[in-house]
Amino acid sequence: MLLKLIPDNTNINFMRWKNISLAISVLLLVASVALVAVRGLNFGIDFKGGILIEAGFEKKPDLDELRDELNGLGLGAVSLQEFGGDRQIAIRLQQQDGGEQGQQTAVAKVRDTLSAKYGEDGVSFRRVETVGGKVSNDLIWDASLAIGLAMLGIAIYIWFRFEWQFGVGGLLSLFHDVALVIGFVALLGLEFDLNMVAALLTTVGYSLNDTVVIYDRVRENLRKYRKMDIEPLLNLTINETLSRTIMVSLATSVALLALLIFGGEVLRGFTAAMLVGVWVGTFSSIYVASPLLILMKVGPHTFLQTEENKAGKAEQTGKVNG
Amino acid sequence: MLDFPRWKIWAIVLTLIAGTIFALPNLFPEAQVARWPSWLPKKQINLGLDLRGGSHLLLAVDTEAVIKQQVETLEDSVRATLRDTRDANGGRVGYGNFTTGPNSVSFLVRDASDVDAVVEALRGLSQPIGGSFSGQRDIDVSVRDGTRVTARLTEAGVNERKRLAVEQSIEIVRRRIDEMGTREPTIVRQGEDRILVQVPGLKDPGQLKDILGKTAKLEFKLVNTDVPAEDVYAGRVPPGSEILHMQNDPNQKIAVRRRVIISGEELTDAQPSYQQGQPVVSFRFNTAGGKRFGQVTTENTGKPFAIILDNEIISAPRINEPILGGSGIISGGFTVDEANNLAVLLRAGALPAPLQILEERTVGPDLGADSIRAGMIASIIGTIGVLTLMFVTYGRFGLFANAALILNVILILGIMTFLGATLTLPGIAGLVLTIGTAVDANVLIFERIREELRAGRSTLNAVDAGYTEASRAIFDANITNVIAAALMMWFGSGPVKGFAVVLTIGIVTSVFTGVTVCRMFNVLWLKRARPAKLVL
Repeated sequence: MLLKLIPDNTNINFMRWKNISLAISVLLLVASVALVAVRGLNFGIDFKGGILIEAGFEKKPDLDELRDELNGLGLGAVSLQEFGGDRQIAIRLQQQDGGEQGQQTAVAKVRDTLSAKYGEDGVSFRRVETVGGKVSNDLIWDASLAIGLAMLGIAIYIWFRFEWQFGVGGLLSLFHDVALVIGFVALLGLEFDLNMVAALLTTVGYSLNDTVVIYDRVRENLRKYRKMDIEPLLNLTINETLSRTIMVSLATSVALLALLIFGGEVLRGFTAAMLVGVWVGTFSSIYVASPLLILMKVGPHTFLQTEENKAGKAEQTGKVNG
Repeated sequence: MLDFPRWKIWAIVLTLIAGTIFALPNLFPEAQVARWPSWLPKKQINLGLDLRGGSHLLLAVDTEAVIKQQVETLEDSVRATLRDTRDANGGRVGYGNFTTGPNSVSFLVRDASDVDAVVEALRGLSQPIGGSFSGQRDIDVSVRDGTRVTARLTEAGVNERKRLAVEQSIEIVRRRIDEMGTREPTIVRQGEDRILVQVPGLKDPGQLKDILGKTAKLEFKLVNTDVPAEDVYAGRVPPGSEILHMQNDPNQKIAVRRRVIISGEELTDAQPSYQQGQPVVSFRFNTAGGKRFGQVTTENTGKPFAIILDNEIISAPRINEPILGGSGIISGGFTVDEANNLAVLLRAGALPAPLQILEERTVGPDLGADSIRAGMIASIIGTIGVLTLMFVTYGRFGLFANAALILNVILILGIMTFLGATLTLPGIAGLVLTIGTAVDANVLIFERIREELRAGRSTLNAVDAGYTEASRAIFDANITNVIAAALMMWFGSGPVKGFAVVLTIGIVTSVFTGVTVCRMFNVLWLKRARPAKLVL
């Protein structure tokens, strides 16, 4: 006997809650923006420049003592954080004065100080990263460009494959997802670094994947049931694709949970953001991308028009689809 | 539906076998793989620095310094040209108000009738750029208000100099790192004036940074002993001399003559050695350099000369006797490491401009090993979780999908090994994510088959319809993922790129295994078992 996560022929009236869910989405959006505005993002050195040193100690070090020691070096604010165990400490320093050379001098100072205090064998430098101002500016620009272009490119692709309403719906739900994930990152104060950009782009890809599957079915049903109103049609579609939606989201969550629990400290924030991205993306395909189609008055005519007016294009699309 | 042509089966099987063969060496230790028969591929996957440990340095060539130097050279040659230019009466040309700008020098010619001769002579300094056919030259000479002559580096000339400086720097960086005896360094140009250096397996990149941080311009100059000490410390020197400080004691200053007797370019070899128990660097000049060194030391026996590295005096020994053998020793109270580094620097040559370290990422071998272990555990547990989920949900079809999923992982590793792509820690995350999303195609198909079965279709019809109807959504959905992943690869640097590479390869392979391979399993089984009723 096979496990049925979702019973056959579900008939849940999803769109009944569309106003409530849209309200919740808007609320979460506002909350995310407010969180970022008030708490700010905990930018990693990739984006603000600075120094990160992950040191491994033979014996658990006294954090206060260590902090005093490092503060005495006059390198600006020093932040210490246990990193996946009480013997691994992440040391963060702000970007140093004196340009690129200043950064290198600061790293050497910290290394020498720790080696002198704990002995050559008592401390190991697991990771040393320094990013200067020039590079961090480039990275910010590249990252914003990548996220922006990904959203735009995908929206244009959907517009091209479906209709403009679907492109707009997809794009808006992407904004929603990216904003919520950033809000989550701000809420937990996770470090916003290059990996986070990858997590956001993964969210973009995953969320759209989910949305496209539903949109594809919407298009199919619009052609099949020309007399049906858009709302029941969306309900039908979401019910039909529900088991797939849940199953894939579950499989991805299982894999990401394994990564979150066993994948080590370096990847933890990144994985957490992806996991939230997957859930937000799943939610938004049902409750953001779909209701938006109602708002934009999608109906059977949307595709009928296309097929009558642009017979050539429809034929082409048909070929691609077959 | 059931006709699955034999050639197609063969093509699929061969692809899978090829993928497996390329992935195989990754399962065994390197030493064991080396003993395999020669016809088997032995290449193992390229591990990123974050997994194997090592240093990643992003360097910038200080192109401003290149141009500054270029202007200085321009000034020197303009002055020299003016000295050699004769006016109509065969006398020297008078000039004054010599000023130096950011990329030009200019001066006033006293007698307007000399201007033409001066301009003519200065034009002789300019060189064609990019072959004589381009028509561009590196120096532009112009006259304003009758007597103000300006020699300016052209924009094309400046760019050409910058380009050459970056190219030359890459070459020198490569030589220095090779001289250190480092294994498998990667040195590539990035953007206009940046150099990316990746050196695996370094525990402390200190030496590497020391070696790359020095311009290593070596010069031998005579000490100007005529300048009294109080003038040296007051900063007063006669023209043609300059004040430099000692490397090991910046407070100790010496006046030296500007003229370079001999420079590091004339060196053919430099080795660390010992003299009276002290680490020193012994060097050897080429023939021309040796001859000149012999001549100068003969003429100046008894006087001190200065050995200068990057405008700091390493030592200023007295010339006790003419040095005619073309070789010598630099001693400067070095430690063993310093002597080694200096020898490396002298052998590799000077950089045309200083390098700045813009970005450094160093991962120690412990963290690398920890990351590999954590990544493997996460991958295995993630895979088992997904396999279990698929089996309990789809039964026999789930097993087919699972076989396809395992083949998918093997293919990803095989393709990455074959292409020489680099697996990083974010790459492992990409692999785990792919394991989760790869079942998407199967789930779409299976769910569709379930629906078609419920709608009352026959087994074969339902399977057929499932694949046909689902393929459109699979195609569209994967294209969106490819767009996101491709952009990550394009714009992403470092970690993002490593993640995107695996994701992109994973999308392609998962469509292949999830749709094509899994369909083959289904069809072959349906053909053989011919089930009347499908349990799905």
